[in-house]
Amino acid sequence: MSMSTRPVAGPGRPWEFPAVHHATLANGLRVSVAPMHRLPMVTVLAMVDAGATRDAVGHEGASLLTASALTEGTARLDGASLTEQCERLGASIDAGADWDSFMAHVAVTPDRLEQAMALLGEVLITPGFRARDVERLKEERLADLLQQRVEPRGLAAEQFREFLYVDGSRYRVSAGGSPTTVRGLSPEIVQAFHAAHVAPSRMTIVLTGDVTPERGVALVERALGSWRGDAAAGAMPATVDDRTVAGGRRVRVVHKADAPQSELRVGHRGLPRLHPDFFDVVVMNALLGGLFSSRINLNLREKHAYTYGANSMFDWRRGAGPFVVSTAVKTEVTDAAVREILLEIDRMRSETVSADELSLATAYLDGVFPIRYETTTAVAQAIATASSYGLPDDYYTTYRQRVRGVTAESVRRAAEQHLHPEELLVLAVGDREAIRAPLDALGIGPLDVVEPAADA
Amino acid sequence: MRIPVESYRLPNGLLVTLSEDHSAPIVAVNLWYHVGSANEREGRTGFAHLFEHMLFQGSEHVGANEHFELVQRAGGTLNGSTWLDRTNYYETVPSNHLATALWLEADRMGALLPAMTQEKLDTQRDVVKNERRWSVDNQPYGTWWERLPALCFPPEHPFHHSLIGSMEHLSEASLEDIAEFFRTWYSPDNAVLTIAGDFDPTEARALVAQYFGPIPRAAARPELPSFTVAPSFGGAQRAVFEDDVVLPRLFLAFRSPVFGSAEYYAASICGAILGSRRGSRLYRSLVREQEVAQEVSAFTYDLSKGSDLLVVDAMARPGVTLEQLEAAVGAEVDRLHRDGVTADELARALALIETDLIGALQSAGERADKLSQFATYFGDAALLNEQIDRYRAVTVEQVSAFARARLGADNRASLVYVPRAAGGSGAAGAVTPGVVEEVGA
Repeated sequence: MSMSTRPVAGPGRPWEFPAVHHATLANGLRVSVAPMHRLPMVTVLAMVDAGATRDAVGHEGASLLTASALTEGTARLDGASLTEQCERLGASIDAGADWDSFMAHVAVTPDRLEQAMALLGEVLITPGFRARDVERLKEERLADLLQQRVEPRGLAAEQFREFLYVDGSRYRVSAGGSPTTVRGLSPEIVQAFHAAHVAPSRMTIVLTGDVTPERGVALVERALGSWRGDAAAGAMPATVDDRTVAGGRRVRVVHKADAPQSELRVGHRGLPRLHPDFFDVVVMNALLGGLFSSRINLNLREKHAYTYGANSMFDWRRGAGPFVVSTAVKTEVTDAAVREILLEIDRMRSETVSADELSLATAYLDGVFPIRYETTTAVAQAIATASSYGLPDDYYTTYRQRVRGVTAESVRRAAEQHLHPEELLVLAVGDREAIRAPLDALGIGPLDVVEPAADA
Repeated sequence: MRIPVESYRLPNGLLVTLSEDHSAPIVAVNLWYHVGSANEREGRTGFAHLFEHMLFQGSEHVGANEHFELVQRAGGTLNGSTWLDRTNYYETVPSNHLATALWLEADRMGALLPAMTQEKLDTQRDVVKNERRWSVDNQPYGTWWERLPALCFPPEHPFHHSLIGSMEHLSEASLEDIAEFFRTWYSPDNAVLTIAGDFDPTEARALVAQYFGPIPRAAARPELPSFTVAPSFGGAQRAVFEDDVVLPRLFLAFRSPVFGSAEYYAASICGAILGSRRGSRLYRSLVREQEVAQEVSAFTYDLSKGSDLLVVDAMARPGVTLEQLEAAVGAEVDRLHRDGVTADELARALALIETDLIGALQSAGERADKLSQFATYFGDAALLNEQIDRYRAVTVEQVSAFARARLGADNRASLVYVPRAAGGSGAAGAVTPGVVEEVGA
């Protein structure tokens, strides 16, 4: 009866990305405020365009260590006291760095915003960087790196970076550094990184949530308006050393004895974030492996049951991050899974998608847009990302229109131009004895076997 | 701060909660079924979770891969999860697609079995086995998920056995098991439905009545074995395992008052004082001052029957032995047990809990999930609005009394991981792998 009639959706209600109000303080600090008055919550996010790609050669990991050390105390307060003052406001200042940005943020109820802003300002302007704290964070980071090497996903990520990027490229080493480079970091290096990059002229502060533009700007002015000084280093350079290996398809087995699964990474050099084909590539990748209902996931999971899940992604950064298909498959089907992944990449290039399939991705990316920006922190991060990459002011207000403008033809062109079957690198973390011969028999390209180093 | 809550029951027993919020044109649909791994019969560990996978394989009017596709095509997000005592299914969609979300949920609640086939079961069985390899067998410390409940509840208890299940039991699950489990547990009178976000209540009620109204109640459900356990372990429990890891790790569990009970809020605050964020006692002492732990935190399982668990999770720093780590955690727990907490500590914990709760309510999906949680366990979704007041009513004396009653030596279960002995260095030397020891009383 009624269940056999499928519901038909009426027209959607319009939605606008929260309006952003911009201001610049006398010291050059940029302030962006996006009011969202639904709940009593405000997110404050401070961003400097100084992520891991600003680490000096040999000091890889400096940006992340500097960010972590920010919240370990100020000149006035030791780490325990700073933490206590924040947490009594019901807030934590979280600081971190990715490839392109250095960020610290805090979410707090509006009645405690002024105090939280004052603490955030103190942390940014007068961090303590005490030797004992920095050394402890270094040790923690080193232990994390050791742990990652016994964790198949962490090991696969590290090995794939080293497989793809040439020696000397910043992207060859993780954003947080390698054991060797982290060991070489010091409180002085952290201090110098802060002095070089964290300055009002380089910073954007974003406030989102239950705050007016007037109050937001006034609170930033009070906490950070008297901050003087310039960054020793200039703004982010336009280019990043993102050189990748050349020379065609290769296969690498990273040995993990008796592994019940093989962690697979299949990919090649991707594209920089500001590439003009961004929207075509996003839609193309959604169909290839970005969505649950994508070709790669339906093939590997729902058709063959090789895996719990499989996906593909373009890792968008200022330079060319990787394009990579990731999955973990039962050891016995390692070769079969690789074959299916290669077939799906070929098929994406050779066949034009139907209008029906295209609309799966465009309707999803269009419709899900308001759901992505429900929270104050998600909106703050989006505004900071736009600022970091210099995306146009109307980027978020025209996003859905741009997605809907992608055609089957532009998807095929994006696949043809930006998927490179002849350059694919295939990496498998698994049991060498079980997977080496079957992978070799696929005839993809030269195969080598790596024993992961215990420490390097 | 209160969110609007309106609840009613359909004649077939389905408890429906509506919570309007028109600030964005999106709506969350959330169903909790009051069934989890605790409801599995003997020899079928992992079945409740395997069954959850089958609910995404289509139903009478929905094709094999259509559930995901229809929601994603609508611009929605979706998933499901299985826990010891409940299973949830949820989607957040643009508000003009509310009818599609309700129709999909109703079709699988009312008419799942016509779509079940041996081929789909075989496929999802293999998918779940791969999930087990991915999350448990091929992950450092991955087995803690099944070993901690096994240590904390006696063998006959419904929470004792593995939620993800054994490979052997997964292999044995049959289509008849699917039919029986569905008829027994997946009925409107054993479920709650929450709609949160941008909808018209008149229209939503009409859609719910149209799609869910005709689904019949189930026959009487079987009694489960008793959930009741003593409030403490009655002695220290300890299990030690070797694993392919580089650092020792300790899970220290205490039996604690069940979720939502009068004593739960003091227990939850005590857990936050002990191990929530960097201002907690354990972080401050073990990570910052003594430098013996790499990470440390505390959490509750939020179980609503029998006993909840409060758990400390501590990872040693390189060079620190298991004995040093256990001694440091033990000393902090002893001090809390003996001396109780201060008003400052209570204020910090309260402030963090409040911010977390308001933060979680920003998302329609999380709002709906929390409303379903209170509707499922207590038949009253509006209890969500009481939570902050319940936390605020807790006194220093109550938290200290909880610590005195429940953090003593008679109520501690330690699950311990040590690096596999390869050359006999360090901490692993003295222990017998995989042996559950009864130590002391």
